[in-house]
Amino acid sequence: MTENLLIQFAIIILFLPLLGFVVTLFLGSKVKKIFLFENFVLILAFILSVIMVFAKLNYYPQENIVSEFHWISLNNVPLFGTLNIDLGILVDNISVLMIFVVTLISMLVHIFSIAYMHGDKRYNRYFAYLGIFTFSMTGIVFTHDILMMYIFWELVGLSSYLLIGFWFEKKSASDAGKKAFIVNRIGDIGMFSGILILFSTYHTFTFDKIFTQISLGVLPFNSEFWLTVTGILIFCGAIGKSAQFPLHVWLPDAMEGPTPVSALIHAATMVAAGVYLVVRVFPILTGGALEFIAIIGALSAFIPATIALTQNDIKKVLAYSTVSQLGYMVMALGVGAYKFAFFHLVTHAFFKAALFLGSGSVIHAMHHEQDIRNMGGLRKKLPLTYATFLISTIAISGVPLTSGFLSKDGILAGTFAFGSLTGQWFFAFVGFFVALLTAFYMFRLVILTFHGEPRNKEKFDHAKESPFVMVMPLVVLAALSIFIWYTPNPFNPEQGAFLSKWIKAPTIVVPQNARYSFMKNDVIKPAEQVQTAKPKTEAEITFSESYTEAMHHAHIPAMLLSLTLAGLGILLAFSFYQWKKLDPDKLANSIKPLYKLSYNKWYFDEIYQATFVAFTLGLSNVLYWIDTYIIDGIVNGSATVTKQFSKFSGTFDNIVVDGLVNLMATISGFIGLMFRRLQTGKVQTYIVVVVFSLVIILFLFKSF
Amino acid sequence: MTQIGLNHFLFVSVVLFCLGIFGIITRKNAVMVLMGIELILNSANINFIAFAKYGNFGYQGQMMALFVIILAAAEAAIALAIVLNIYKTFSTVNVDEIDTLKD
Repeated sequence: MTENLLIQFAIIILFLPLLGFVVTLFLGSKVKKIFLFENFVLILAFILSVIMVFAKLNYYPQENIVSEFHWISLNNVPLFGTLNIDLGILVDNISVLMIFVVTLISMLVHIFSIAYMHGDKRYNRYFAYLGIFTFSMTGIVFTHDILMMYIFWELVGLSSYLLIGFWFEKKSASDAGKKAFIVNRIGDIGMFSGILILFSTYHTFTFDKIFTQISLGVLPFNSEFWLTVTGILIFCGAIGKSAQFPLHVWLPDAMEGPTPVSALIHAATMVAAGVYLVVRVFPILTGGALEFIAIIGALSAFIPATIALTQNDIKKVLAYSTVSQLGYMVMALGVGAYKFAFFHLVTHAFFKAALFLGSGSVIHAMHHEQDIRNMGGLRKKLPLTYATFLISTIAISGVPLTSGFLSKDGILAGTFAFGSLTGQWFFAFVGFFVALLTAFYMFRLVILTFHGEPRNKEKFDHAKESPFVMVMPLVVLAALSIFIWYTPNPFNPEQGAFLSKWIKAPTIVVPQNARYSFMKNDVIKPAEQVQTAKPKTEAEITFSESYTEAMHHAHIPAMLLSLTLAGLGILLAFSFYQWKKLDPDKLANSIKPLYKLSYNKWYFDEIYQATFVAFTLGLSNVLYWIDTYIIDGIVNGSATVTKQFSKFSGTFDNIVVDGLVNLMATISGFIGLMFRRLQTGKVQTYIVVVVFSLVIILFLFKSF
Repeated sequence: MTQIGLNHFLFVSVVLFCLGIFGIITRKNAVMVLMGIELILNSANINFIAFAKYGNFGYQGQMMALFVIILAAAEAAIALAIVLNIYKTFSTVNVDEIDTLKD
């Protein structure tokens, strides 16, 4: 397994889903079974990615394998000189782990969809859309430059739009698709501006080259402030794509799409792309930018968690939980817990995909009933779905022996360490409180759905366990939510190869005084030594000793505290909904304003409707008025002038020009008529004329 | 009685020429028109001979006259063939009536 072979594997994995998309789309209406080809392609991509993960982690555990080519070469660009725009593929540990997650979940979702979408009238097209989504996501994962990332970023946005609005006959579905697209665009504008700042400063899009230049002290506009701004702008892309506060409003609406799509795109992979972006650009984020990211992450973790408490739609609860968990990851990145953020991304992808597919299985069994108030007691009818759903719920709640416990605990420890180092305990507080809320609302969901007595007898009677192709992905994903894949010790994630060998925090390249204090190098090296001491293949941790120390100390208390809170949350959920010791309605009545705030999703949609949407509509109306009366007036005026001029010119043509031409014709005709008489056709007349003419000529020219 | 000189010949020639023209113009029958043409040719022959006799040209005049006779014979043959064709087409050899060229 050479490096070259790895690159070729990456390229094959990248283009296989595109092949599947093209074939499925163009043959979809003719060949009924073409969706099997799409599934086959994905299974192939998954097998390749498994081989790739093993090869990369075994033979090249430290190297970043890069293959790039000049996409556009320009000579003599004004102000820039020679300009090469490169595209390329980067295979490092993070990208192979991510590609494993993406292809695995995508494959499972494909298989799940075979049964879930059965009988849909656009069955093959659905699989084609899944194919282009997988292609775009793979592109994001493998890119080595931010331009290519932006290209694929927009492509996942497109495929997300297509899949949310897949049942576009439903107004709510098509509206949700549009909303997702437009809200994402707002974030993407920020990301694009960030890319522009980077490009105009460094004249390259490649991550490595940008990092090198920053570590040499080249800054945008020569100021650290602008580096912070750039980081925040790029993070705006992640705010949109990862549905962070304040742009989280599109994700719950996106649940209008088919449930497997929600599992693939809006839980496991695409929304994680934002986190992945921050992971990629992490080295250029200054302390200020990281703090901003942490605040956004904390708000995104807290607000949706409170909303999820009161929602009654099974998918809505999961959607808000997704936003909340993504907020966790983003907050973890913001407080510098880089490894745990990526770890949580991976573990969350598995158990959240399992939860969504499980809810898909429930919805399928209940004949498209999504309201948990009409469920209950499904444990007996759907035993396998229940078991997998429960394991995933335990994982997301952070109970020991699960993957979620490991990663979430790491994040909480990170916020704890951050608090002890900087004195800002806000993030730790939010983190622990959200852990409590998460355990509560997830168990509320499980109890209302699967426990107790069936509340809708008729639907309950018709429910039956889903077919094998739907249960198999659930089992696989639930199995991946167990700790054993990540670490041998269920209480210490650091002992596993995942965190100790595979993921390394990258070298921070921003200037020393723009960093968090704990990220400063303990011994400041001279500039040239820094440069030589950082071969890119060996991304060493630049966190200081004090941070490692704090992290170490934070581990135990954070774990104990999070365990207590998760247990408390679960206990509360059981006493409210299972044992009925406490009455949720009474509690809701006693804190009515808070309950209504949560139930109405903090009125975000209404606020946006009243402010941004209304403002935009008002502006559009003004522009419409300007268009109708001023622009159109000018256009119509010029049209009238032109028309009048044309009329005049037409008249001139008719009378003067045509008159002259006709006059010539008339004269010619008249002359013709005159001379016509001479042509009698009689030879003798001609001879008479000739003779007389001759005689006349003789007399005229006589020389005598 | 004066000696017959060049002028007499020329006079005869002019008379013949005028008769030829007159014939061509006044006759309606195409054959008669052809005969008029022959008269004109012969007037030209007389001119050639006369100038040859009274001038200092050797036998060139006579040679030209012989050429003209041969030419007249050829012309008569072709012209009569044309007249025959005209007759076939229009059933007449009256040149007054053959004026389709006018249209």
